[in-house]
Amino acid sequence: MTPRLRTGLLLAPAALWLLAMLVLPLVVVLVFSFGERAAAGGYSAAFTLENFANLGTRWAAFKNTLMLAPVGTFLCLLIAYPLAYYLAVKADRKWRTLLLILVIVPFWTSILIRSYAWIYLLGGQGIPRLFDSLGLGNPRLINTPFAVLTGIVYGYLPLMVFPIFVSLERLDKRLLEASADLGSPPWRSFLQVTLPLSMPGVATGCMLVFILLMGEFLIPAMLGGGKVFFVGNALVDLFLQSRNWPFGAAVAVALVVIMLVTVTGYMRATRKWSGGRDDVSLM
Amino acid sequence: MTDRNDFISRERFMAELYRYKKGSVTRRHFLGVTGLGAATAVLGAAMPGLRSAAWAQGAIGDRVALATWPNYHDPANFEAFTAATGAAVEVNVFGSNEEMLAKLQAGGSGWDVFVPTNYTITTYVGEDLIEPLDLAKIPNYDPAAFNQRFAGPGTVDGKVYAVSKNWGTTGFAVNTSNLGDKPKPTTWKEFWDLTMTDFSGRTMVHDYQLTTIGNALKYFGYSFNSIDPKELADAEKLLLDAKPHLFAISSDYQPSMRSGDAWMTICWTGDGKQMNRDMPEIEYVLGKEGGELWSDFYAIPKGAPHMDAAYALINFLLDPAVNAKEALFHGYPTADSRVDALMPPEVLADPILYPAKELLDALEFGAAVTLTDPNRAELMARFKSA
Repeated sequence: MTPRLRTGLLLAPAALWLLAMLVLPLVVVLVFSFGERAAAGGYSAAFTLENFANLGTRWAAFKNTLMLAPVGTFLCLLIAYPLAYYLAVKADRKWRTLLLILVIVPFWTSILIRSYAWIYLLGGQGIPRLFDSLGLGNPRLINTPFAVLTGIVYGYLPLMVFPIFVSLERLDKRLLEASADLGSPPWRSFLQVTLPLSMPGVATGCMLVFILLMGEFLIPAMLGGGKVFFVGNALVDLFLQSRNWPFGAAVAVALVVIMLVTVTGYMRATRKWSGGRDDVSLM
Repeated sequence: MTDRNDFISRERFMAELYRYKKGSVTRRHFLGVTGLGAATAVLGAAMPGLRSAAWAQGAIGDRVALATWPNYHDPANFEAFTAATGAAVEVNVFGSNEEMLAKLQAGGSGWDVFVPTNYTITTYVGEDLIEPLDLAKIPNYDPAAFNQRFAGPGTVDGKVYAVSKNWGTTGFAVNTSNLGDKPKPTTWKEFWDLTMTDFSGRTMVHDYQLTTIGNALKYFGYSFNSIDPKELADAEKLLLDAKPHLFAISSDYQPSMRSGDAWMTICWTGDGKQMNRDMPEIEYVLGKEGGELWSDFYAIPKGAPHMDAAYALINFLLDPAVNAKEALFHGYPTADSRVDALMPPEVLADPILYPAKELLDALEFGAAVTLTDPNRAELMARFKSA
């Protein structure tokens, strides 16, 4: 058996899997996006560009997604970085495992249940009532973009913490000692040594969170009350309520194109920031 | 996990949620996440704790999957069914007939029994998605005992495809304690006007084209079932104007109404009854202009995986004694005179369940065309994504 054949055979299962589960479905979606809605809903064969011409009617969903996904990612980063730094650098070794487990524990429960808990926390009998009893007013929280962002940060935080934690943990402490020996105060060592070296983790975490957020529909549906609408919600609606598969397919194609463009741009940018190294990747 | 109901472990697992939801039976939050069926089924299956301890093998199999509506069953009856047959009832909750149709059109729903509304049955028959019923397997269904006004739509071209579950109306519920000294709204015009003024941020509408568009059409005095493009355009304008003033778009309105977050909502008979029973200040109103009169059915989808269990469940639930317990629990009237004979007189005189004739006369049954009309479907989708 030639090495070439062996490589080919070893890669065959993965290639077949990708073909059947990724390429073919994408082709189906693309074909559907040029079709027409059947009389009782569904797909009927046709060739029309009308579905793409109608994309503007879902502008609000695209706008919400394109605004809240980056903002949610950024908020996750702001909260996750200090936490990951503490876990990787400051925390006592004795406690570190326990603390890491605490970060994972919420994942043991379905996000549905946890989002349901937030409905009550953010609802009129929850945090707003607490504020009211403290004389701080009675803010409306549930079914607002704020509620959706809260759910997003809560749900996605571990995905941001772990890549950053891993990159900080691998950090060679001797570099910091060298930096100190050369007269850098701690804050400068952080900015010039720790932060740049943790960039691969930051980039990975941001990518993970951002990509998943672009397709999110559960949190906006539950904490947005059907009023903070993501593209994911528009898709669910088009396939599972109005049964307009061709238009749904066109929206999906548009989302894929937007993702490809933003993620490619993002990867180029992070490569530039991290000094052209190639280790900025999905772990 | 919303998708799977196992009544033994559920009580333990969901105890915290139930504290908030007195009188509730179902996974209502499922409705907030339209279309989660497959994902949640996987989640449910992935949680061994949710599986029945009594994984017993009965003659009809160990399970039966039911697709139904929120707050529409007495869980005690399901427990009794499981105890008697060994088949656990898995409940899927839906907020619109469109969702049910979409699931069945996509195929592989895995349901054994579902609960379609009167105006959808001809479409299911036309799309070949529904099984004709073998009435010999449902001895508890006695056609002579049922009011044909409500049971009739189950029969298409002389074949019985669906047997009558309940009937009811679609009105609105209003928490009168939030009205101040204003009079209680009695029309759909007042419903929408109040939504856009004093009740801004406090009203809910269904995530369901038939009722939400239908009752927006009533604002202008049009037919609840209109598919006229000009009339639909008027309704769309009203919906878009009202949207910034809504609390939420969801067919799962009881939790928000009970917690006081929402003050008014489009509402079905039984939900109105359940809320009014616990909180008398929440009143159920039928808009004077009209609105929807409906009847629901038990039916079996084509290719149901547990056909025997499906017939057994339908037959069990149509037992007049069981059906009476259901009706007392959820507050929807039945079309079965044998059940009425078992009901306390005060229930039969309840104006929420049995509205005054002039209110009832103004109501319309949903029309089949609204289910498939592309303009109504797209209007609803546009309204939600606006």
